[in-house]
Amino acid sequence: MLDTNQNNIQKRIRGRVLLNNVLKVLFFTSTTVGLIFLALLLYRVLTQGIGYLNGNFISNFPAPYPEEAGIFAGLIGSIMLIGIVAPVAIVIGVGTAIFLEEYAYKNRWTKFIQVNIQNLAGVPSIVYGLLGLTFFVYMLRFGYTLIAGGLTMALLVLPVIVVAAQEAIRSVPADIKEASYGMGASKWQTIRRVVLPAALPGILTGTILALSRAIGETAPLIIVGAATAIYTIPDSLLSKYTVMPIQIFNWTGRPQEEWQFVAAAGIIVLLIVLLLMNAIAVFIRNKF
Amino acid sequence: MEKAFKDETIDLDVQALIDNKRKKKSISGKIEKLVPAFLLLCASVSVLTTAGILFTLLRESITFFSSTSIFDFYTGTQWSPWSGHFGVLPLITGTLLITLIAAIVAVPLGLMSAIFLSEYASNRARKIIKPTLEVLAGIPTVVYGFFALTFVTPLLKSFLPGLGVFNALSAGIVVGIMIIPMIASLSEDAMNSVPNNLREGALALGATKLEVAFKVVLPAAFSGIMASIVLAISRAIGETMIVVIAAGASPALTFDPTRSIQTLTAFIVQGATGDTTFGSTIYYSIYAVGATLFIFTLLMNMLSQYISRKFREEY
Amino acid sequence: MQTITKNNQSAERPLGTGVKGTSVIKSEGTMEQNVFEINDLNLWYGNDQALYGIDMKVPQNKVTAIIGPSGCGKSTYLKTLNRMVEMVPTVKTSGSIKYKGEDIFSNKYGVEDLRTKVGMVFQKPNPFPKSIYDNVAYGPRVHGVKKKAVLDQVVEKSLKDAAIWDEVKDRLNENAFGLSGGQQQRICIARALAIEPDVILMDEPTSALDPISTLKVEELVQELKKKYSIIIVTHNMQQAARISDKTAFFLNGELIEFDDTDKLFSNPSDKRTEDYISGRFG
Repeated sequence: MLDTNQNNIQKRIRGRVLLNNVLKVLFFTSTTVGLIFLALLLYRVLTQGIGYLNGNFISNFPAPYPEEAGIFAGLIGSIMLIGIVAPVAIVIGVGTAIFLEEYAYKNRWTKFIQVNIQNLAGVPSIVYGLLGLTFFVYMLRFGYTLIAGGLTMALLVLPVIVVAAQEAIRSVPADIKEASYGMGASKWQTIRRVVLPAALPGILTGTILALSRAIGETAPLIIVGAATAIYTIPDSLLSKYTVMPIQIFNWTGRPQEEWQFVAAAGIIVLLIVLLLMNAIAVFIRNKF
Repeated sequence: MEKAFKDETIDLDVQALIDNKRKKKSISGKIEKLVPAFLLLCASVSVLTTAGILFTLLRESITFFSSTSIFDFYTGTQWSPWSGHFGVLPLITGTLLITLIAAIVAVPLGLMSAIFLSEYASNRARKIIKPTLEVLAGIPTVVYGFFALTFVTPLLKSFLPGLGVFNALSAGIVVGIMIIPMIASLSEDAMNSVPNNLREGALALGATKLEVAFKVVLPAAFSGIMASIVLAISRAIGETMIVVIAAGASPALTFDPTRSIQTLTAFIVQGATGDTTFGSTIYYSIYAVGATLFIFTLLMNMLSQYISRKFREEY
Repeated sequence: MQTITKNNQSAERPLGTGVKGTSVIKSEGTMEQNVFEINDLNLWYGNDQALYGIDMKVPQNKVTAIIGPSGCGKSTYLKTLNRMVEMVPTVKTSGSIKYKGEDIFSNKYGVEDLRTKVGMVFQKPNPFPKSIYDNVAYGPRVHGVKKKAVLDQVVEKSLKDAAIWDEVKDRLNENAFGLSGGQQQRICIARALAIEPDVILMDEPTSALDPISTLKVEELVQELKKKYSIIIVTHNMQQAARISDKTAFFLNGELIEFDDTDKLFSNPSDKRTEDYISGRFG
């Protein structure tokens, strides 16, 4: 009687262990799906695009023939766009974070701003495009220009920078702030000379990740009118412009197969730029 | 008098220092007062952004609903704005179809990845796999769209010959892949925050890791996991480029995934890039569609925040 | 002893002040000046009162030790003297603290000015994540000294005064985090000295240090009192006895006894002081 019971238990344990091992394999396989997809995507893009990726592709403007088309306007446009997004979003974003962490009283109003920022981070990017279209393009009469696109993107990445900067500022130990106050430094002196330098690596890492999001965004820029056919470099904030994702989108939509290869080449350039930015972020995180 | 012992040269420095400070007092005092005002201004930008979004969507939608009845808009089954039919249901079903497919792909894969990472993977494996998985979240959506159109669709077509060039299935699957890291990463965080002594208690009773995962960890991390899923679904609802590129632009009241459809987001792109003139009905319609989209995602985000707030109370 | 209610203690306070009063008369008799005059200081964290009617006169160019069991309010009291206690937003005070005759709570007297005169060294070494040089030069820079030559001079002198110059003079540009705990604490002292305050408040400065580093800091305190008035909080009675000229004993937010260190340790006037220093509680 007791023996059979033991046998049954043994059997059940074996069954349970077997199930555990089977599902472990299933879980691992599921994890690899995402990784395999990533590998496939990179492989496809590389093999399709590498043939079109050469000096001409980097330095050419858009063209009606796949062999002559290039990403120069998009590359420069993306860089110029970041040139607007970065200062605007960093100043406002870090400023907001300092305000919330160091100056604001912990009252309902502050909580409201905090929840509001959280919600903004969840607003679809295309809705920012609509805001930009109404406010920057029409109300401020910027039209379909670099500045309209840049400011729209700055608002889009703002919540990400605020949250990253808040976390970085919060992690500055209180005792070094006390040391500064203890020597008669004022609040702003303490923030500028102690808090911000100590929080800088965290702020920079978060900022670079936010900016790389801005580099890859397409939808809001379509709405605020980034052009596709640009044959000159923007020479002012009120110039027409294009960016890399818009170029890629445009090429992807064309029926002839060659344009797919051009799009793939464009994607390679875009991914390289993103890779560089992330490498910088990792470098900063490890260095400090 | 107490400075009698001090070095004379330094003594002068200190006097100069104090003097300097007194002289600069007015300037630095002004900075001290100006800085918080400036920072408050910065903080108000985010509030103004929200106000701007609400105001924009509301104002243009009201204009739109003055010419098209809001009832017809939300109950109409035909969306062909260029011939004057503004029934938004096809766009909503299109969005829901994409979201549903994405969820079917992402929820099981994301959760199983999270369980693997949190319960089975060694520390070293987790440290490599998790960031690699998160790379998926950093890939621009236009790249996903390109991949869906040029690789996933042809691949699926070899199994489903009836599949259109533009179809909801391919777009939905790729949106699902895109949100996997969100579910996997946030769920893994939630599972990781389950105290280890709960696990050890069960393991000591002879439970397998699987039983620990399903009977101890998942229930304890339930709300964190739910919050991550809701957040990811909200992301799928708002996703634009993948569906614009791979799902086409044919609004259809259908749940047939092999057909071309149009989502709320995709119409906004179409409406803004076409020959739409400022002030036309179509121009205003993109805001009505945008407002609908905004409400959907806002509700999902608030739901996610509500769930995770409950989660925090548990520990 | 600890079961005595707050009211009872308040009632007994005159005894403590009486004892202290005589010592002040003696101080004034020898023409000594006071840096701080504290009158009827009360302090609350929210609704919880932490200090009860403190009266004290802190002499100049002496080491004044503050002892008492943990939670007795000695650290709170110390931080009130340079208003660092106000970092906690719910703090309320009543009574007056005069620093060289000026009311430190008055609107006319800026808190930054006060802290420039009354420096502080903290319990845990808390150097900035900057170079040794930048740590020491921080104070002068904040107060507007920018000239490199002047800063060099101030840094060298402060490090010498803090008895750490020889250990760090070859690596002034290295991060201060690379130093040992004891060295870090002396860097923090040098940092406080760099703006040449009149008073240095020390909040258990050796509690996080090993015995050898502690000894060095104690020797340093002896040296520093020639130029500075030092108020040091310590949980270590032997330390108070070794390095201070005067000692104040705090219990449950009250100043029980304040007298010459020799007198307080050999012949305390209050039974509670005697119990504490003889190790009967705390």
